[in-house]
Amino acid sequence: MHERLLLDGNMAMVEAMRLCRVGVISAYPITPQSPVAEKLSEYVENGKLNAEYIRVESEHSALSCAIGAQLTGVRACTATSSVGLALMHEVLGVASGCRVPVVMGIINRALVAPWSLWCDHQDTMAERDSGWIQIYAKSVQEVFDSMVVAYRLAEHKDVQSPAMVCIDGFFLSHTSEVALIPSQEEIDDFLPPYQPCNAHLSVDNPMFVNNLIPSSEFCEMRYQQKEGLDHVKEVLPAIHAEFLEKFGREQFTVEQYCCEGADMVLVTIGSMFGAAMQAAGKLRKQGKKVGVLRIVLFRPFPYEIVGEILRDVPVVGVLDRSAGLGAQGAPLFTEVKTAAANPSTKFVSMVGGLGGRDLSTATMENAFSYLEDVYNGKADGKAQKWIDLKDNYGTLRLKNIGGNELCIK
Amino acid sequence: MYQIKTVSEELVAHGVSTCHGCGLELVIRAVLRELGERTIIVIPPGCAALFSGYGPETALKIPGFQGNLENTAAYAAGIRRGLKRQGINDVHVLGFAGDGATVDIGLQALSGAMDRDENIIYVCYDNEAYMNTGIQGSGSTPCNAWTTTTPAGKKGIPKDMMLFAKAHHIDYAATASVGYMDDLAQKIKKAKQVSGMAYLHVCAPCPTGWGYSPCDTVKVAKLAVDTGLWNLYELEYGKVKITKRIMVRKPVEEYLQMQKRFRSLTEEEKNILRISVDLSTKELEQLERMGE
Repeated sequence: MHERLLLDGNMAMVEAMRLCRVGVISAYPITPQSPVAEKLSEYVENGKLNAEYIRVESEHSALSCAIGAQLTGVRACTATSSVGLALMHEVLGVASGCRVPVVMGIINRALVAPWSLWCDHQDTMAERDSGWIQIYAKSVQEVFDSMVVAYRLAEHKDVQSPAMVCIDGFFLSHTSEVALIPSQEEIDDFLPPYQPCNAHLSVDNPMFVNNLIPSSEFCEMRYQQKEGLDHVKEVLPAIHAEFLEKFGREQFTVEQYCCEGADMVLVTIGSMFGAAMQAAGKLRKQGKKVGVLRIVLFRPFPYEIVGEILRDVPVVGVLDRSAGLGAQGAPLFTEVKTAAANPSTKFVSMVGGLGGRDLSTATMENAFSYLEDVYNGKADGKAQKWIDLKDNYGTLRLKNIGGNELCIK
Repeated sequence: MYQIKTVSEELVAHGVSTCHGCGLELVIRAVLRELGERTIIVIPPGCAALFSGYGPETALKIPGFQGNLENTAAYAAGIRRGLKRQGINDVHVLGFAGDGATVDIGLQALSGAMDRDENIIYVCYDNEAYMNTGIQGSGSTPCNAWTTTTPAGKKGIPKDMMLFAKAHHIDYAATASVGYMDDLAQKIKKAKQVSGMAYLHVCAPCPTGWGYSPCDTVKVAKLAVDTGLWNLYELEYGKVKITKRIMVRKPVEEYLQMQKRFRSLTEEEKNILRISVDLSTKELEQLERMGE
């Protein structure tokens, strides 16, 4: 029997961790993740969650503790944001390389500099090749559901790779929605107790984990990791099907809105999907054949599925919530374009919503309007399009320092 | 004498690829002898990683994990809590790291573990520089000592990790030395007993980096103690107890002249060292009296 609860994304994540019976929690506070760290400590203190809580001194230690704990045979968890994830960078590779299936909540926030407390995806995109599974949620309900799915997926014997569930800072983490939360029995029925099936630290079966490896073995071990991630495409549909059967909610690898027969499709990720759908719905009413695609599973990237969906779409815009500096296209664009099944499709790299800027319906309409220009041959769409950039970007703040000219002589 | 081809009766294999005369090897053998096979070890990259092993081989019979350079204490804490959550309370969790991984890059994670009073035993084998990467200076390198990154002698006095431990109010901290193995064994026995964090800072001379004959490791370690340059004492719940009292200190020259790394010390620098030995020994005795 599920409960209907009014939760924000952070609390939905906490409920998932609780119901998935995490045994060790290590967390370090960072905006906008802090409520997760706080609520978990409260649950441990009041006995709602039978777990050890490690109040670590950094995110680097948070993930290190989680790895150490999980290696002994318990489900361990942590959550972080932005620079916290960047600080973990070194240890991310330890979790994935040692095949420790930790599930971590990421509340997406821009990376410094300049400082921002607000959402974009540069933090997780910077870790896209770390060997972690990445799932991006669109709603509070999906935050909960994705966490539960992530444990099953990460711990699957053929996958054995850690997973990040990425949720948009503030847009999801601090926005309340009604969410259906299953009972403990229902979750237990879906997610069995944790069983380490690879590296394990136990005095009854001693093994040394993660020592120095010669080049004669390193390559093969990396390939094993690649295979683990490759298995996701076989394993995940079955997990999604079981989830649907048990909880009645469909889970997505990618989600489509009016993509079939569309002239223009905007590819999105995370919570921006809602505004994009709204804009597309409005344009559809005006007779414009537009659609929206949402990438839910970013790592491993579902190339075949995306390629197939976009096969007959003439113009595809890919909206990244991170800049992809120095590259011709931002990270999501690069993947989507690689997935292209039809060489005549025009792909347009779009960037928007950085540092917490709202991707409104109006912004999405502008994005579609640009795609229409490309479709009609009015624009070539080759340059990266920053869809919500203000025209004064080059003279920002100049009037505030009392002059109209740059003060550099 | 260990024979490479015979199977070790203890927990560490014979014939490990450490340098001849390695001080750290004596430490790890002694520590694991006392802790026993129900121990999980965390080793960062560094000289001790030679015991983690290479490829499919390990030099240890106990379970272990090779972490990163700066998070030995964090991995150990996670392992401890994972065991605790499963009701496994008869296993020792040992962090075993060199001075670089402890007093420099590992200081933050160590501070966190001490602050939370994690039930782990942390042993720092101090060979007073980054030996595994080729003798670069660390926060534990003695004043004026040569290393490859302090070619004109290191400026500044090494960090005092016992004061660091004291400042964190941990249950038990001690210095030890491979020159006095019985004293080291006693301290590991005590570290096993505490319910919170135990920290051991062990002098582990390095013939390769210090520039002395490999057969003299124990002699050099003893001299460090006998000259007053390395005091053997413990902090039990903050109280100082000197465990090896040196009645008549040997001159520091005896220690210095054995090692090439001190070759360029001037008379004035040696004098400063003599004075600082006097002061630090007196200070320690005072602290001991204060605790009585």
